Parts: sequence; structure tokens; C-alpha cells
Amino acid sequence: MQFRNHRIVGDIIDLSERYCAAGADELVFYDITASPDGRSVDRSWVSRVAEVIDIPFCVAGGIRSVADAEDVLNKGADKISINSPALENPGLISDLARRFGSQCVVLGVDSRDLDGNYSVYQYTGDPDKTTPTRRSTIDWVVEAQDRGAGEIVLNCMNQDGVREGYDIGQLQLVREKSLVPLIASGGAGEMQHFLDVFRMANVDGALAASVFHSAEIDIADLKQFLADHSVHIRL
Amino acid sequence: MSCQRPKARWAEMRPDSIAIIDSGGANIASLLVAFGRLGAGATLTTDAATIQAAERVILPGVGAAQDAMQRLREHKLIDVIRGLQQPVLGICLGMQLLADASEEEDVECLGIIPGIAARLHAETSSPVPNMGWCPIRKTKAHDTLANVDDGTYFYFLHSYALPVSGFTIAEARHAEAFSAVVANRNFVAAQFHPERSSAAGSRLLQNFLGMSR
Repeated sequence: MQFRNHRIVGDIIDLSERYCAAGADELVFYDITASPDGRSVDRSWVSRVAEVIDIPFCVAGGIRSVADAEDVLNKGADKISINSPALENPGLISDLARRFGSQCVVLGVDSRDLDGNYSVYQYTGDPDKTTPTRRSTIDWVVEAQDRGAGEIVLNCMNQDGVREGYDIGQLQLVREKSLVPLIASGGAGEMQHFLDVFRMANVDGALAASVFHSAEIDIADLKQFLADHSVHIRL
Repeated sequence: MSCQRPKARWAEMRPDSIAIIDSGGANIASLLVAFGRLGAGATLTTDAATIQAAERVILPGVGAAQDAMQRLREHKLIDVIRGLQQPVLGICLGMQLLADASEEEDVECLGIIPGIAARLHAETSSPVPNMGWCPIRKTKAHDTLANVDDGTYFYFLHSYALPVSGFTIAEARHAEAFSAVVANRNFVAAQFHPERSSAAGSRLLQNFLGMSR
């Protein structure tokens, strides 16, 4: 779920309940404007989400310190996801893992092909500020695991919003280097795309936003479809 | 399917009837909410008298076994927990704390449920931490698992686990089988998070509240 301001918090609660009832296995909340603006966020919505759902959820965006993470986890989130702040200060991953355990610490990686190599991008919440870093995606994923990241969400930017399927090739490469759970993100447009990414890239989870928000794909139908095609999944 | 569960008969339980031991770490909020949803009052505490007087005791835990044991020692709760007679439920790290020891930093734990928590074996097909929904298989009948069918999915979030033993009442598989739920006398412990396991988790918590002393 991506959102930018307080006005739609009510919608967030409604959506959370709806997705939970529909059988979603986990919800991820992205405050996508948090990092580029360098602002702190009002996190009372985290408590409200924790009250209405009984499945795990992860909060991403605006977590720049151990104190930020503690606030979010104390309000009931199960995991925190960091992206740009970890690129600015990779030691943050180590600090969070030591304090809360690797199982709470998710690394978000925005990655795309740049001159024939997969490279990490930063500040992707704001198109005007999005910049490539000098980091190779594979090196960053390996370093993050060494530092204690417990899960990698790989957002394949060249597929994001295109709805032509997950970036199987890139995910396969990252899978080989991931001994922690790997979640595919970016590109889901139809149910077959989910099946393809589970079968071909052996990912542990598949994340999608727009196809669910627009109700083009119903979560219960999707899970039944995957189960019918031998993907082990909770129904 | 709905995320809103009807209030159960525990609604009349006193607010302090469930003591959640504050073992440090975060993530207690979802547990308080889960009991609230069942209409049961729960208190987060390190006070020995409150814990001893509670009808049910929960030992949760997130983070490192070392830190949690240190915290229990500081609050002089080691022997208090060992002496509890009412139903006690350990969750996630709390399950490992109830065991003899954890290989994580070689920590001696409470020694209430025999076994030593060992690190899960990591493979690309079985990543560690184990984070996600896994089905369980019952190995013994137990009140806590009443009306929970084999193959029911629960939400796991862990790197260490107790091996399968005679105290295992349900197992799950990662690279190898491990204990999903164990029980010894009035002590029960789950490796998964019932408070985040939707209707199945709610059922388990309800069963635990209904256990006779």
C-alpha cells in the first residue's frame, strides 16, 4: 500500500481489514515520501492497523534509526523495512538486527539494469530525486545479509507499474545469493505472473499493490489458483 | 472469513487475569490486541505477585535469548516462572526460554521443557530466518490444539527451534522437522505467533484460555 498523507488513513484501515479478510498473508505499508523529504512521520496509524488485522504486517519508509524502528514495532508492526537509510548508513542494518533480531529487519532494494549490470537505486519515492547508486544489486544483497538483514524485498524497477510480469531473470540471480527469504516486487499484472515467479525464481513471497487496489485480481481467487497449480499456500 | 472475531466467554475474566511477562523486546502490542479481540484482559508486567496471581501467564519474546534471560534474572523471575501452577504459554522466543538452553550464544534457559533450541539449517530452498506461513502436523492430542486440523497454517518468524522430542505435540518442517508446539505439565509453547495467525491462531489462544488448571 502506498500513501502520501493523513487524509487517506481511514482508507488504509478499511483496506487493511478487507485484504486481511480476503486471505492476504502479509501486508506491507510504504510511506514512500518519508525518506526523500527527510521528515518524521506521525505513526499513530500503525497502532490502528495492529488493532484491526490478525496477520503480520511490515512498515517501510521513514525508519532511520533504532528509535524509529522501536516506535513502529512497539505500535504493533511485526517487521520494519529499510531502504534509502540503509544505503546512507549500512551500519543501521547491523544495529537493527542486533537490537530486534534479524527476523524483524527487512531490506528493500530498488534495482534495475544499468549498462548491463543490476544496480541499486536510491530515493525512489520521488521521481525527481531517484538516483542510481554505485552499488551492484548482488553485492548489496550479500552485504545486507552479512549485516543481519532477515528478508530481502527486491523491487525490480524496470518492471514496476508495467504489469508485464515479475523480472524473473533478475530474481533468479538474487535468489542464488539469498539464504534469507526473498520477496518479489514489481510487475504483477495477472495471476499467471505470480505462478511464474514462484515456479521459476523460487521466491518465498510475491508482493503486489496496484492489481489488488484496483480489484483486478481478487486475493482469494489468486491463492486458489496458485494452490491448484501446486504452490504451497495458506487457503 | 473475517478479521473481526466475536467475543467469547472469557469476557468476564478480570483485567489482570492474563499476565504477559515483559521479557523485553518489542512486539507486545499485537498480543494485547489479540486477547482484547477475544474479550480477555491482559496486563504486561514484570511483577512477581501479579504473575503468580494471574489465571493465565504468557511468556512472549522477540530478539535474543541472552537479553531476555538477563531481563528475567534482573526481575528475579526465574524461580517464579519455574514454580507457576496455572497454564503458561510461551510464544516464539518464549518457547525457547522455557527449554533447557539455546545454541544462540550458548544461553542456559529455564529448563521447564526439555530440549535445546538449535539454529535452523539454511538452504536457498529453506531460507533462514524462517518467515512465513507453514502448516503444522499434530503428533499428540492436547487441549491447546483442539479443533486445529493437521495442515493448518500458522505464521512463523524465527531462526532457532526446538528439535522434535517426546514433548512435541505438533511439528512443522523447514529443511528438517522441528517442534511447532510443545507441552510439559501446565506449560505449553508455540514457535509460531498465534496473535498473527488469523483464525487458526485465535482458535489456539481460545483453547489455551479454556484449559483447566
